This record gives sequence, structure tokens and C-alpha cells, in this order.
Amino acid sequence: MNNFTVEAIELTRLYGGREAVSNVNFTLSKGEVLGFLGPNGAGKSTTMKMLTGNLAPSHGSVKICGIDMIENPKEAKALIGYLPEMRPLYKELTVDEYLTMAARLHRVSAKHIKKAVENAKERCGLTHMSKRLIENLSNGYQQRVGIAQAIIHSPMVVILDEPTVGLDPIQIRDIRTLIREVGTDHSVIISTHILPEVEMVCDQVQIIDKGKLVFNGSIDVLKRQRVGNKLLIGLRNPPAIEEILRISGVSEAESLANGLIRVRYAENAEPAEAIVQAAVQQGWGLHQIAPDQTSLEDVFMQLTYQEQVAV
Amino acid sequence: MIINVARKELKSVFASPMGWVILSLLMFAFGTQYLNAVNDYFAVMSGAMRPAERTGVTQFVGQSVYGLASFIMLFAVPLLSMRLISEERRSQTLPFLFSAPISLTEIVVGKFVGLVAFLSILILFIGAMLSTLNIWADIDFGFLFTNSLGLLLMVAGFSALGIYFSSLTQQPVIAAILTFIALFALMMLDRFFGDDPTNVLGSLSLTRHFQSFASGLIDSADIVYFILFAVTFLTLTVRRLDADRLRG
Repeated sequence: MNNFTVEAIELTRLYGGREAVSNVNFTLSKGEVLGFLGPNGAGKSTTMKMLTGNLAPSHGSVKICGIDMIENPKEAKALIGYLPEMRPLYKELTVDEYLTMAARLHRVSAKHIKKAVENAKERCGLTHMSKRLIENLSNGYQQRVGIAQAIIHSPMVVILDEPTVGLDPIQIRDIRTLIREVGTDHSVIISTHILPEVEMVCDQVQIIDKGKLVFNGSIDVLKRQRVGNKLLIGLRNPPAIEEILRISGVSEAESLANGLIRVRYAENAEPAEAIVQAAVQQGWGLHQIAPDQTSLEDVFMQLTYQEQVAV
Repeated sequence: MIINVARKELKSVFASPMGWVILSLLMFAFGTQYLNAVNDYFAVMSGAMRPAERTGVTQFVGQSVYGLASFIMLFAVPLLSMRLISEERRSQTLPFLFSAPISLTEIVVGKFVGLVAFLSILILFIGAMLSTLNIWADIDFGFLFTNSLGLLLMVAGFSALGIYFSSLTQQPVIAAILTFIALFALMMLDRFFGDDPTNVLGSLSLTRHFQSFASGLIDSADIVYFILFAVTFLTLTVRRLDADRLRG
């Protein structure tokens, strides 16, 4: 027995011959948060629908805590909490009524329903909205109700499709904390196209493009790819580029349009100190020095672009 | 689990004024018919009729009220059943049910039970209303029972058909119209083929099977007909929803 909470094995979904998702493999362990990244129409939602049993895969299988989704859908679904992209809210009900119903449908025993509802409301900051009709709640609060419905039966796996869409910055922060919190004792899969969000909440990242997994690994790998061996320096009296190249460890230098100079250095070399010393000795007027990070967007672009070139 | 889905349906009917309004309007119609029938009974029976031709008050009033009820259900059921699946499809709430640990059959049967439970409130009320005749006369409760049973079975058949059409479309109104046309056609079959008892099409008619209940007769063939009718359309609905999952 392994400890995987989610296993996707060669998941493929055809829509009239066109592969919306093709041959996606991954596993997720307990206590991990997986971020699903990808441009529009990449197959994020389709994959999530297959994971939750809303859509039958054309090939491949899904296992939740070792239970096959196709063979034992009821047992597998009992372990999942799912918030689809379009919030499935019954707007004519109040928050309490809706959550009670959700708890009942997810087999929370009658004794524990009240507690489960209170708990979910508290975690999502909905306590003061109990008696309000869902219809009359703001977009952000409706989203919270959606999340509350997904965690009400404390499932092993929580799957949230774009959970922070349409929320204000404070709510986004709250929801991210909530996701982290849920992620400590359960597994969470979120999809998003907000890249910094992935960096903040996820342990694992998957980038999917045109139905294919182009990156699958821990967030650290992605972060490392980001940092690169580059420095940005700002000088008030910049010398000729050649002078900078003379500093040991510097392999490349170029002036940028905004007056800064970008310096590349070899792996393992740390020329920062040498640059500062040189700048002080020769009066270059150093006012800024910082590692030059490629944005996550660039990494993302690279990964999805490489794929296009390969095709 | 079926009960939980049924409870959800009942809850959403009564969450808006719609459920209450429909109940009260229909009961108003049945009540008026009841009063008229009682008045008519005295007018008709007091006259020149020979004693052998006279019918009991239960049969006279009962036939009038249950006749109206079966006719009104033809309109009421499509209006109530139209939302069951199409509305969920339109507001994209179906994934909520699909990702809960319940099977498609439980979802469909749950919705069906919810609707039939709502309609049986009406049937119970009609039964209670007619029972009040017992204060003045000695009425035939068996007749009331068969009529109620017949009405319940017929309404169950209507509901199953309504749910099926509701699963075909995203527009509740289209579901209602299709259901109404289909029910009306099934009612009309009796008109065209009723004369020939050997005709297969004629025996598909819903009216013909209700007739025996209406005259106070419980015929197992009719019970089986209504049960098969409901099971057929519920199965088709489950298959339709399963196609969603398979084809997307």
C-alpha cells in the first residue's frame, strides 16, 4: 500500500477525436497542495472533472486513496470535496440550509451535521451570514459558500477549480490561508492562472498545455529555474562594459534601456562582493544591486513555448 | 440517500412561494368543484329519477372531483417537473449532485420521489376533503381509496415522463411543453383507438388505465402499467444523465 491520496494514471479524454487531455500521469500524497497551471483551454477543468467523477475518462483511471473512481464511484466520491468553476449553489436557499443539505448528501451522520456546518462556516468566515439567502450574497461570499460546501465533510482530497476568481485582495489572502490550512491534513488540488498564487500556496506544481503535462514537480524546482545566475546593478557613473567584464566571475554584461546593467555570472561564482568593491574603489556610484529574477510568467512562457516548438 | 435528494427537492419547492401558491390554487379549484358537486347531487337526485338509476353520493361527488383532478394534473405536473433537471443544468448545479457520493439512479429516483411526495399532499387533501361527506352520509371509503391510488399512480407516471423531458433540455419551458404534448397525446390515444379493444396503441393510453380506478376497481394490470411507465422513463433519464458523464 502506498500513501497516495490521488493517483491519475494515463488519463486521456477525447472530445470527438480531439484530445482535450492526453496521457496525464501524476500522484499526490497526503498533506500536499498541488497547483494546476495552464493557459485557457489547456484541459485543467477537464482533468478536474475526471478526477471528481463528473466526466468519464476515455482511457486511463483515477484512484482516490487507492479506490478506483470508475469501479467504486460512491466510495471514491465520498473522499472528495469539489468546487467546480461555476459554483453549484442553490440560490433560493439560505447558507445554513444549503450547507446542511451538502453535509447530508455527503453522508455526514445526523448527529454531526450541525457541528460540521458550524465548523465549515467558521473556517470560511461565513458565521454572520448563516440566515442570508445565497442569492443576496456578494460574489466573494458566494465563493466562500462554495468552498465551505467542498470541505464540509472533511474529505481526504479537496479539489478547487479557480477558487480565487472574483474575490477582493483581502478575501484572496483569507482563502489562501484557508487552502494552506486544509492542505496540512488533507490533500488539495487547485487550478489557477494566477502564478504568484501557486508560489504562495502550493508544494507541487503541474503545468498543463494543450492537454499535455509539460511540467510536474515540486515548487522548489520551479523557483530554482526562476532565480538564474544574474544580477542587476545600478551605477550613477557607469564605466565601459569591458571594465565590468574584467571582474572575476562575471561572464556577460549588458546595459539595459532603463540605465541598469545586467550581469551574468558562471555557476557557483559569487561576484557580488567583487562588483561592490570595484564600484567603491573606482567611484562608479553604486546605488542598487539585486539578483535578477525571471518572473514566474517567463518560466511559464518558456515551458509552454518549448512545447510548441517541439510540436 | 434517495430520501436526502427528495428532501432537497421538497425544500426548494417550498423555499419560494411557488409551492404554497400551487397547493392553495389547486385546492381552491378542487374545493369549488366539491361544493358544486354536492349541490348538483341534490338537484339531480331529487328529481324524476327512478330509484334504480340513482347513484351514491360518494360516487357522484368523487367522480366529479377526481375527474377534475386528473385533468388538472395534466397541466400541473409538467409545470412542476420542468425545473427538476433542466434548471440544474442551466444554473450548472448538477456537479454538486454528481460529485456527492450518490449514484445517478439515486439522484433521479430522489427527484421523482420528491415531486410525487409534493403531489401526494394534494391527493391526501382531496381524500380528506371528500371524507368530510361522512359527517352527513355513510360514504364508501373503498371508492375514495381506489381513486386516490389511481390518481397517485397516474401522477407518478406523469412525473416520470416530466423528469425525462426535463433531462433533455436546458430550458424548463421547453421541458414543460414537451411533457404536456406527450401526456396529451397519450391521453388522446384512447379517443382514437378506444373503440377497438385489441388495438395495442389503445392500451398504451393513460386514461384507459385510470378509468378502472375511477370506477372503484383495483386491477393489477393497471397498477403494473403505471409502474412500468414510471420505471421506463426514470431509466431513460438515468441513461440520459449518464451520457452527460460519458460524452461530456
